[in-house]
Amino acid sequence: MPLIRDGEIIADTWRVLDEGAEIPGQGDVILSLERLRNGAGQIAARAGRTGVAIENSADPGELEAHLAHLDLIALDFPAFTDGRAYSQARRLRVHFGFAGELRARGSVLADQAGFLTRVGFDTFELAGGQSLKVWNASARSMTLAYQRGYDGGQATREAVTELPAPA
Amino acid sequence: MYRYDEFDATFVRQRVKQFRGQVERRAAGELSEDEFRPLRLMNGLYLQLHAYMLRVAVPYGTLSARQMRKLAFIADSYDRGYGHFTTRQNIQYNWPRLPDVPDILGHLAEVEMHAIQTSGNCIRNVTADHWAGVAADEVEDPRPYAELMRQWSSLHPEFSFLPRKFKIAVTGSQADRAAIRYHDIGLRLKKNTQGEAGFEVFVGGGMGRTPMLAARVRDWLARDDLLTYLEAIMRVFNLHGRRDNKYKARIKILVHALGAEEFSAQVEEEFARTGAPRIMPGEGELKRIAAYFAPPGYDALRDDDPALALRLEKHKDFAGWVERNVSAHGVPGYAIVNISLKPIGGIPGDASADQMRAVADLAESFSLDEIRISHEQNLVLPNVRKRDLFAVWLSLGEHGLADANIGLASDIIACPGLDYCGLATARSIPVAQDISKRLGEPARQREIGDMKIKISGCINACGHHHAGHIGILGLEKRGREYYQITLGGSGDESASVGEIIGPGFSSENLSGAVETIVDTYVELRQNGETFLEAYRRVGPEPFKEAVYATH
Ligand code: SF4
Repeated sequence: MPLIRDGEIIADTWRVLDEGAEIPGQGDVILSLERLRNGAGQIAARAGRTGVAIENSADPGELEAHLAHLDLIALDFPAFTDGRAYSQARRLRVHFGFAGELRARGSVLADQAGFLTRVGFDTFELAGGQSLKVWNASARSMTLAYQRGYDGGQATREAVTELPAPA
Repeated sequence: MYRYDEFDATFVRQRVKQFRGQVERRAAGELSEDEFRPLRLMNGLYLQLHAYMLRVAVPYGTLSARQMRKLAFIADSYDRGYGHFTTRQNIQYNWPRLPDVPDILGHLAEVEMHAIQTSGNCIRNVTADHWAGVAADEVEDPRPYAELMRQWSSLHPEFSFLPRKFKIAVTGSQADRAAIRYHDIGLRLKKNTQGEAGFEVFVGGGMGRTPMLAARVRDWLARDDLLTYLEAIMRVFNLHGRRDNKYKARIKILVHALGAEEFSAQVEEEFARTGAPRIMPGEGELKRIAAYFAPPGYDALRDDDPALALRLEKHKDFAGWVERNVSAHGVPGYAIVNISLKPIGGIPGDASADQMRAVADLAESFSLDEIRISHEQNLVLPNVRKRDLFAVWLSLGEHGLADANIGLASDIIACPGLDYCGLATARSIPVAQDISKRLGEPARQREIGDMKIKISGCINACGHHHAGHIGILGLEKRGREYYQITLGGSGDESASVGEIIGPGFSSENLSGAVETIVDTYVELRQNGETFLEAYRRVGPEPFKEAVYATH
């Protein structure tokens, strides 16, 4: 499944650590929330980068104590209609100031591109059979947005003062 | 009225183009029906019993003549020459073809309209008092805030995939004509002692199989905190609302499960954390929106019109219509005209394309180019000079729109039911027609007085039966329709949920049972009590006795 960042397919340097496996000192690994909790000391000492994948029912507040050691947080879409991870992302960015990589996994559809970007996701594991072309077309389909205080490439009314006045 | 600027126009055009692409991908098999479904729903497109249904938003119920003519054009070109006005200030077309829908949305965009989020598990069309801006009892016009919320909720990045649909209503009056306590969020605009605007906030109301009145979570929310506070509510709901059972997914269930106090505490905590970034627009933008709702150019008139007085004396029918269908306006010499879409024996809320054009013409000539849609499935001309009332009445009569039954027994709310709706368990339109014929004789229904009869074709309660003085719910048992009656519901400022009186009735017996209830009321009422007042005094017993003795 292709990994997308900034409208391009990129190589994925991260691997999800198997449940039983030893946490390696090197390399980019994604842990479960439980491994993260239990291995705090070990993780702080790692040379490689550390990420965590949480379920969409988890409280993002649980990650607060670990944020200094986290370079990636992967949030899950068990179905693309299950939108809890949008609010998890928002809390991580705004309440906890997480500045690392936010990754969308699971049932990630091209048609979500604009929404995902605006709440602060950076990378997207595109679900089965969709092309980068469709993703990018969708990501660019709306260039304007009404909501203030969100990120992403869409412009709010204040940001597009050069648009012509009403006819 | 709000007018799109280039920003709004571009936004809606881009949205149409995006949907056109999705329809094409569906046709090419690139999107499965499961994937396409939520996308089309968020563009107002349902798949019904016989065909697609397109639901178009009339934000907070306000329309211009030009927009109404476009709705008529769509009814003629893409439907069968009519449209159906709903209880949420929308209009529904029952026969569009899927490939035509992007074109229909394109036509709507030309007149600053859309079908965005009239369906799906997202924030739906924001509704408001249909007399907003003109009602004599109003504190402040709620429409600028309704428009602000329309914009804020449109394609909200965080709240487009909620556990369930989400409905917001706002009023600016003490009298509640927007049924705010039956909404997921209900807002009452008010002013503090310094004259600043703010809101009383209710959360967790709703109909459906678990009817609930919204709980008050804030007595005062400063105007500038509105969107930030709404986001806090939405975030708590999005994270914690149930997603395992669609019947338990509305916010009312969450509020009920946590208790209003705990729910409110969670919202306050979320609200306190969301200081920056700024969600509300600046003062300039609020002023820009509010300016569109400045009072139109009213003439300076005397409040009483001698010509009108004369006509009222001479024409009894006209006087009867004025008494029921005309309401007090905040400006001297003006009146609010309520147009009934409930002809005796007709389909509640249906209007033909010709009728829509007739109303558009009247709005242009006599109502400062404004029309409103009420949640009771009627139309409103909000700015009619009293001296023009007679001409308006005559013209309405020519188009079958002069029924003098606003608020009476034949002013029935009914959902489409089994005649159209894929979820229905029983028909509701024929039931409405039956009752309306039975009670609709003009002198008879005037004698009965204020009466709200509301009919739903299934437990989803789109016909608001829980809020009906007499509520009717259509169900099915072993292949036969039967109907449950509730009494004592109300959607106004004294909101209450109706109570079931007992076993249901067959479609043959139903209208007779309703008539018995009405007759019982007429007999037992004291000193001109309304049905609701009498019911609240005597309770269900006398009605039960009478109904089950005879039916
Ligand atoms: S109440 Fe039921 S039958 Fe009526 S429109 Fe709603 S879902 Fe359909």
